[in-house]
Parts: sequence; structure tokens; C-alpha cells
Amino acid sequence: MEAIENTVGESPSEESNLVEAARAGDISAFESLVRRYDRNVFRIAQHITQNREDAEDVVQDAFLKAYQNLGQFQGQSKFYTWLVRITVNEALMRLRRRRPERTVSIDEDVQTEEDSMPREIADWSPNPEEIYTQSELKNILGKTIQGLPPSFRTVFVLRDVEGLSTEETASALDLTVPAVKSRLLRARLQLRDRLNKYFKRRDGDTRREML
Amino acid sequence: MKCSDFLKELTDYLDNDLDASTRAELEEHLQWCHNCYVLCNTTKSTIEIYRDYKLYEFPDDLRSRIRAAVITKCQHQTGVPKGAVPQVQKEPPK
Repeated sequence: MEAIENTVGESPSEESNLVEAARAGDISAFESLVRRYDRNVFRIAQHITQNREDAEDVVQDAFLKAYQNLGQFQGQSKFYTWLVRITVNEALMRLRRRRPERTVSIDEDVQTEEDSMPREIADWSPNPEEIYTQSELKNILGKTIQGLPPSFRTVFVLRDVEGLSTEETASALDLTVPAVKSRLLRARLQLRDRLNKYFKRRDGDTRREML
Repeated sequence: MKCSDFLKELTDYLDNDLDASTRAELEEHLQWCHNCYVLCNTTKSTIEIYRDYKLYEFPDDLRSRIRAAVITKCQHQTGVPKGAVPQVQKEPPK
């Protein structure tokens, strides 16, 4: 079985030139950095906050904060990893504001290993696109990932959707590498388990599940 | 190798982050354990489908509007970005 390849598009020297120029006050250089990463920042923000308006605000606040603090960025990490860290913090802050009754923290680790143990193992239909329309599929994927605790959701999104390495994810979230791996495994298994009811291979009717 | 041992290594296996001998042990297990084979396959599909179907598109008009707002706010900053500003995000180590 082949491993999954991760790709993060980047051009390090060009990027460090942009960061350097932005730090010197070149606003168009900073705008280029915004263009480069705003889709990623928006996606991460929306995954964490689960709210469109909050995500829009997070994009603005995260880039503004990055700009204000460029003087502090020493280039010891990638600009993107640093930006993701700011984004995650801003998004978690919004989430806490919206759900004051619940403690929301990237450190939350409330579930036990058993919670992630596969409940049902069944082959999936080879091509879910043939069972569901694109909008149905997006609906299923959105609903399913919303059910994960924020700490698992965030690790999964950074690592598997946005393609950060395990080490970059750990840096961005201020977690250890083993903690990232543990959450990632549990997030992946829980998502798999929840998607199982939609995608498992059935005889005859493949659309028995309600959307 | 037991299935529970396989499960512990699943993430590193899918991320190709294992030494050759551990990888060989897992692949030997996959040859005879149908459950782990299916679990591995469907977990891989889970990752791929989320990666392929990136949720939450950022529409171009919204993107332009937010970018313009960001740049306007940045332009109104005084003495930045060179000056140190409070509320610093700690830079993660390399």
C-alpha cells in the first residue's frame, strides 16, 4: 500500500525576500504574502470556528497581527508555520467567545484511546463520487469533521488537509510530536469510523443513509 | 504482530515514517489480516477525500474584500512592522 504524499507549495527564498521586504515596510510585499496564504488561513479558521463570519474576522485579525509582529519574526521557522500559529490562536479565541460554556483548548485531550477504536470495519465503495453528488459529499464531509473535538479537528486539518509536516504541526500548535501523532491517529480513525456509514459498500441500494 | 500493534503504527505507516523493518512487519501483517487491510485502506481514503475535497472555498469577491481590508488596516499602522508590538506570538522552533 502506498504512503500518502504531502505537498506544500512554496518557494523558500522568494518567500524570505517577501518577508524581508514587508518587514522593511513594503506593503505590496506583504500583500503578496496575503495572496499566497489567505485561502489556507480562511480554511483553517473556518474548520476551527465552524462559522463563516468568525472565519472572515480571523483572516483579517491573523494577517494584521502577523504584520504588526513581523519585526519579531526571526525567520527561524517558515513564515507559513508562524502564520498558522497566529491563525489557530485567533480562531480558538473566537471559538471560546462563542462557546463560553465549554472550555476550548488545543490541549484538551478528553477522550480515551478506546474512543477511537474502530467500531465497524467494512470495505468502502471504490468511488464515493458515484454514490453522492459533489454538494452531498461536501455536506457529509463537513458534518463529519464538525463532530470531532476542536483539538483533534485542528491537528487533522493542519496535517492532512493543509499538508503541514508533523513537526510543523507540532510547532504551530505548541504540542510535542508524539502528542500530534496520537491526536492525528485518533482523528483519522474517528473520521473513518463516522464516514463508514456513508461510504461502506452495500449490496443493491447504496443510498440508504440519510444525508 | 497483533492488530492492536498494527493500529498503533498506522499513522506512521500511512505517512511513510517508519524504518524498513517495521514497515516490512506491517506489510506482512496486512497480507493475511483482512480487517487491518480494510482499516488501512479506508483510513487512507478518509485522508485523501478530505484533502481532495477542500471544504470552505474562499470566494474571489470575499477574498478581494478581505484582502483590501487587511491592507488598509496594515497601512494605518504606525511605525510597524519594524517596531516591537505587544501581544507577540512566540515563534515556534524550526
